Amino acid sequence: MDALDLARWQFGVTTVYHFLFVPLTIGLGVFVAGLQTAWHRTGKEHYLRLTKFFGKLFLINFAMGVVTGIVQEFQFGMNWSEYSTFVGDVFGAPLAMEALLAFFMESTFLGLWIFGWDRLPKRVHLACIWAAAIGSNLSAYFILAANAWMKHPVGYEVVDGRARMTDLWAVLTNSTALAQVPHVIGAAFIVAGGFVLAVSCWWLLRTRDGMWRGAARAALVMTAVAGLVVAGSGDLSGKLAYQQQPMKLASAEGLERDTAGAGFTLVPGIEIPKVLSFLSTGDLDATVQGTEDIQRRLEERFGPGDYRPDQNVVFWSYRVMLSFGLSTVGLSVLGLWLTRRRRPMPRFLARLFVLALPLPLLAVIAGWLLSEVGRQPWTVAGELLTAASVSPGVSLTEVALSLTLFTLLYGGLAVAEAVLLVRHVRRGPEEPAPAEVPAERREPSLMY
Amino acid sequence: MIDLWFLVIAFLWTGYFVLEGFDFGVGMLAPFVGGDDDEQRQSLQTIGPVWDGNEVWLITAVGAMFAAFPAWYSGLFSSFYLPVVLVLAGLIVRGVGLEWRGKVANPAWCDLGIVVGSALPAFLWGAVFAGLLLDGALPALLGGAFTLALSLLHGAVFLALRTEGRVRRRARVAALATGAVALPLAVVALSTLASMSGAATVPALAAMAALAAAVALIWRRREGWAFTATAAGIALTSAAVFLRLKQAPLPGLTLAEAASAPYTLTMLTWIGLITLPFVLAYQAWTYWVFRKRVALPR
Repeated sequence: MDALDLARWQFGVTTVYHFLFVPLTIGLGVFVAGLQTAWHRTGKEHYLRLTKFFGKLFLINFAMGVVTGIVQEFQFGMNWSEYSTFVGDVFGAPLAMEALLAFFMESTFLGLWIFGWDRLPKRVHLACIWAAAIGSNLSAYFILAANAWMKHPVGYEVVDGRARMTDLWAVLTNSTALAQVPHVIGAAFIVAGGFVLAVSCWWLLRTRDGMWRGAARAALVMTAVAGLVVAGSGDLSGKLAYQQQPMKLASAEGLERDTAGAGFTLVPGIEIPKVLSFLSTGDLDATVQGTEDIQRRLEERFGPGDYRPDQNVVFWSYRVMLSFGLSTVGLSVLGLWLTRRRRPMPRFLARLFVLALPLPLLAVIAGWLLSEVGRQPWTVAGELLTAASVSPGVSLTEVALSLTLFTLLYGGLAVAEAVLLVRHVRRGPEEPAPAEVPAERREPSLMY
Repeated sequence: MIDLWFLVIAFLWTGYFVLEGFDFGVGMLAPFVGGDDDEQRQSLQTIGPVWDGNEVWLITAVGAMFAAFPAWYSGLFSSFYLPVVLVLAGLIVRGVGLEWRGKVANPAWCDLGIVVGSALPAFLWGAVFAGLLLDGALPALLGGAFTLALSLLHGAVFLALRTEGRVRRRARVAALATGAVALPLAVVALSTLASMSGAATVPALAAMAALAAAVALIWRRREGWAFTATAAGIALTSAAVFLRLKQAPLPGLTLAEAASAPYTLTMLTWIGLITLPFVLAYQAWTYWVFRKRVALPR
């Protein structure tokens, strides 16, 4: 174990942890904005109650997403100074744009939304939650453009051992990013949909209040539609990986040799013939490269070294992502069918949706493991190795200390957040305020 | 172009120190100027709508450093590794504490998080920048103590300006008390800074004058002017630091060596020119919306 290993663990732990909260911020923000819009349009009290209820859950989660995100922005410089110096010219631009275009908007308008219930005209207040939600989604685009560049660098040249940007537009419209953005944002909406569904079903099992059925139906629609987007963009990502990241594709399939008409391995031993070739190219008989042959070609090009990512992690994370993700979407389609035309939600299904809460989250984590472990041993594909990216001046002890601190802190906060969410879900939405209490004397429930 | 981007980054850091300076101060003072939970909530509501937006100034400053001066960004944060880890830990517990305080059964944990999480970065940023200018533990300690006291003073003045009733009166007393500590520290820290480089002399001395004026103004209950003076004191201190750093942003590194290529800087300039006016406008609007003094929650 050296400083490099620990720095990788720290990046992995803090990033995966950060991304437990991000999907809910992305998806739930839009959902809450939709609820408030419904209230604004119809004036029905239950939409307002739901807005405030899910708004509170959104805020509990949002705080964690923000504070764990700050760590990410510093971590490139702290632990990966060689990487940062090499890529800053290109990679820094989308990060700076993310802060300027997305984070300012998200945080400022969310502050206005939380504290502005009685202070702003209704329409302006509604616009604030939309601005915040759009900010969250925009931030996802910029960070994914940066991330995609690591896997498929474009719009740059290397001068004096540093990447120099030659085309910002190419970086922002990288095909890898354009496929990844709908995939990740769609997945975020599935996570948020699964969350709203679980909460609504928990309440459906306990009360007869019709508003929970409405919330559950809305969440089902959101999950099913997002499922289509994720499947489509996932297919596109696979085809791009065939061209751009053959090693990742081969590792995800456990394909060792270049194979024409390659089959798709469901689990080791069970293979559907020709499907991998078809999924990768649209042609049943196309040749898909295998890990060992790619390894040989990479050695010829870059010299001796092991260019294969961890085969087990990549292989299995792909299967976890696919199966958990597809089963979530499948369940939501089933739910839509069974609740069609005002049919009540069957109790077994409501229970199932509560239990299925972790599925989409696990699928998302597995997806990131596939994506980023599958990128190894590179930080910038074909340009910079992970081993050459780490900060030379940061010692093993320092990384061990920070990793321990972050792990303990994050562990404690995860428990606290879970307890807090459960408490507020159980408490349920506030009763509508009696009409005789004037607006300015009502408790502003989302404030501190 | 390099000079322009150095100026942008200095501006972003300065904005961060001025804005989050009072956030940190309010965070640390809230349990002390608030006698009960209602008064504490009253104090925290002065920063409630704005602290997260203020923190984005830091995110933007760091993002802009990464994009415009990659070697400066990576050198700074990897060489001050452990202090930066503690800053991050502080920002984490503080942000969570602020957001969760009204939603937990027992806010004591959140209060602890807010106080510690505000004090850590308020101290450590001063220590880091002092450490960047001068070697050794003593300058870092002094720099940290100075920015900590400065945040407390700035926050106390802000509270006096933005609240009414008992909290306002206690905040004034707190401002005078922290001013008594901050002023001597300011004299030592700022005269050291002034003596280090010709360029830094004028802003450092002006900062000293502004802080002295701030204490006099809060004594005479001119809260608005006192806040202007503490804000100016922080901005001028930051300006002095960056004027000194311009010669060598890190030991052995020049700005030109650290900078990105002209193409990147040109692109960033366009993006900044288009977006920054909007950002400044809507942030200013937030302060306008919440301009009324915060009363005791009912």
